[in-house]
Amino acid sequence: MLPEPTLNSYLMLSAVLFAIGTAGVFLRRNIITILLSVEVMLNAVNLTFIAVDRFRGLVDGQIMVFFVITVAAAEAAVGLAIVIALFRHKETLTPDVFTSLKW
Amino acid sequence: MLYLIPLLPFVGFLVNAAIGKRLSKTMSGLLATGVMAASFGIAAMSVWTLVGQTPVDGVRAIEQSYYTWLSSGSLHIPLAFRLDPLSSLMVLVITGIGTLIHLYSTAYMHDETDAEYARYFSYLNLFAAFMLVLVLGSSFPVMFIGWEGVGLCSYLLIGFWFKKPSASEAGKKAFIVNRVGDFGFILGMLALFWAFGTLDFQELASKVALLPNDPAMWAGSTVLTAATLLLFLGATGKSAQLPLYVWLPDAMEGPTPVSALIHAATMVTAGVYMIGRNAVLFSHAPFTLEIVAIVGVVTALFAGTIGLVQNDIKRVLAYSTVSQLGYMFLAMGVGAFAGGIFHLYTHAFFKALLFLGSGAVIHALHGEQDIRNMGGLRKHLPITFYTFLIGTIAIAGIPPLAGFFSKDEILWKTYSSDHKVLWFVAVVAAFLTATYMFRLLYLTFFGVRRSAAPSTEHAAHSTQHQAPSTHHGEAHLHDAPGPMAIALIVLAIGSVLAGFVGVPHVLGGNNQIEAFLEPSFRAIGAVAEAAPAVEATAEATAEHGGAGLEFGLMAFSTLVALAGIGLATVVFLRRPQIADRMAGQFAGVHRLLLGKYYVDELYDATIVQPIKRVSSGLLWRGVDAGVIDGTVNGVGLVVRGWSAVLRRLQTGSVRAYAMSFFVGVVTIVGYYLWR
Repeated sequence: MLPEPTLNSYLMLSAVLFAIGTAGVFLRRNIITILLSVEVMLNAVNLTFIAVDRFRGLVDGQIMVFFVITVAAAEAAVGLAIVIALFRHKETLTPDVFTSLKW
Repeated sequence: MLYLIPLLPFVGFLVNAAIGKRLSKTMSGLLATGVMAASFGIAAMSVWTLVGQTPVDGVRAIEQSYYTWLSSGSLHIPLAFRLDPLSSLMVLVITGIGTLIHLYSTAYMHDETDAEYARYFSYLNLFAAFMLVLVLGSSFPVMFIGWEGVGLCSYLLIGFWFKKPSASEAGKKAFIVNRVGDFGFILGMLALFWAFGTLDFQELASKVALLPNDPAMWAGSTVLTAATLLLFLGATGKSAQLPLYVWLPDAMEGPTPVSALIHAATMVTAGVYMIGRNAVLFSHAPFTLEIVAIVGVVTALFAGTIGLVQNDIKRVLAYSTVSQLGYMFLAMGVGAFAGGIFHLYTHAFFKALLFLGSGAVIHALHGEQDIRNMGGLRKHLPITFYTFLIGTIAIAGIPPLAGFFSKDEILWKTYSSDHKVLWFVAVVAAFLTATYMFRLLYLTFFGVRRSAAPSTEHAAHSTQHQAPSTHHGEAHLHDAPGPMAIALIVLAIGSVLAGFVGVPHVLGGNNQIEAFLEPSFRAIGAVAEAAPAVEATAEATAEHGGAGLEFGLMAFSTLVALAGIGLATVVFLRRPQIADRMAGQFAGVHRLLLGKYYVDELYDATIVQPIKRVSSGLLWRGVDAGVIDGTVNGVGLVVRGWSAVLRRLQTGSVRAYAMSFFVGVVTIVGYYLWR
């Protein structure tokens, strides 16, 4: 019988997920993978909200989570559209190639 | 009613300035002359009322306040006019002679286009309006409106032919030199307000009259001396005295009627008027009075010597004006305020006449101003000749013409107030006056015509009329046309008769003008012993010295004038070669005089050039280009330098941005966690 999960274990899980997402954003060389990593980070945050709400008996965080999910959906739609546009432009998905946003 | 006197010319100015372009010359001229004549009528009626008044405390005055112009703290300046004997005389001179000169101008300026003609008359009307405000104002600030206004009009009219560079230069010179004087005037005004808390002429006079006559007896005398000296600096600018006279001879670039009205009869006498207006103040500052007298007499002599050798008909008259103004200041300086104003009044007649006469000559000769190219005009221009002759005799001081009485009054008051040295210098200047005026008369009207050979100077002058100067056939000479002739004749009559209001007691007259003016020179309510000290002593000496001395001096100065005429007759009429030989023998002196003592060059070297050098060397290249531009450019350079460094951070790589964002968040959160 596994021990009853505490708030701490949820937060640990959430931190691990967030770290994995962050590492993915910085280390992966594919824009689509990076977008997926961003989703992981968002969901790590969602998990934190839900866990805290569950253990404290609140609802504010859960409402926030709905917003995050909505924004994540929009981001996925817009982000993928941009990725397609970028690919048409340079025939690659390596983010380091897209450096024209500078002086 | 008083406000109508300056308002009418002002309305004339507005109309001619606004719609003058569309009016015919006849209309513009008629309007401008008409408003002046109407103004003269109202002035005459006002003066008539004033004379009919029963004097209160021996003083007659009409005072009208219209509204409070400035009110700030203890300073209250109503826009108020005051007509008293002194200002009434001035108002009559300005409107009366002004009307004649407007009339004269209608013919003199007839060669101009309609628009220029209207512009001329609008300026002339504006000038008259400001001049009337100057003399009617009951306090310093109101006088100052007029004081600056006439300066402006003087500038506009000197530079009337502004397309000619010398004319616009002369206008600027007049304006800038007058600024120096006005600076003194303003400071003097402020000092008076600081010391006495009022700027109303009458209140100032009443306050000063209560102070002891001896400056050592009261503490604030230094302030009064300084204030009066500063005011006198203003007067030297406006009235063309040493050291600020340099603008007046150049002002002859303006149209001749302007020279007659502004630079002979009215505006340049404003300084004399201002001192007369504040006679009580000045007579409580004996040191200032000494300075005034010395500056006056030195100017009279100085300008007289220059006048001896000048060859431009108007410049001779200009130096003569400077010299005569010197006489007026001499009179003021020795406390003979009435004498100075009397000379101002007679001078207005004969100098306006002389200028208008010279204008008629210039008009007849199509712009020729060099007397070396004139001569023999007596037969061709009889009206001009006879009127000019009267003016010349009047200014030379031959009895019984106007100039004799006033000049002699000044000489006598100078002598009797124990200024024997000044008296002697003034007599020498009188001698010079007679000489250079008759030289001018002889060279212009006598002998034979020396025309032809248009010199370069001549060519420059004749451009004003754009008339053909190629052929000076005798048949082409025409005497002054109607309106000009009328003005000349009226002024000639005035030059003969004007002096009779001031016939001294010793000649059986009773010097009405002095009795009339005298109340203006003391404070209201001040009793006899508080009257200006110098005047009182002069009167006392007059009584002691006796009639015999006065009569003797009078005869002496007449003889001096006759001697001057005689010298001119011999040198310039009978034996012209003497003049040349003298010029050759005293070549150095001659050149010095011809070069006007090189005062202009001196000012150029000591003031203008250093200012230019400081301006371009230090202020322009140093302060402006170095400090100000340096600051602006320096700020730009610093920003650019830092930008060059900082822009390296903007790589365009989204992941680098995200990285820095992440590091930032970690740092901030870490700081709060482990604090």
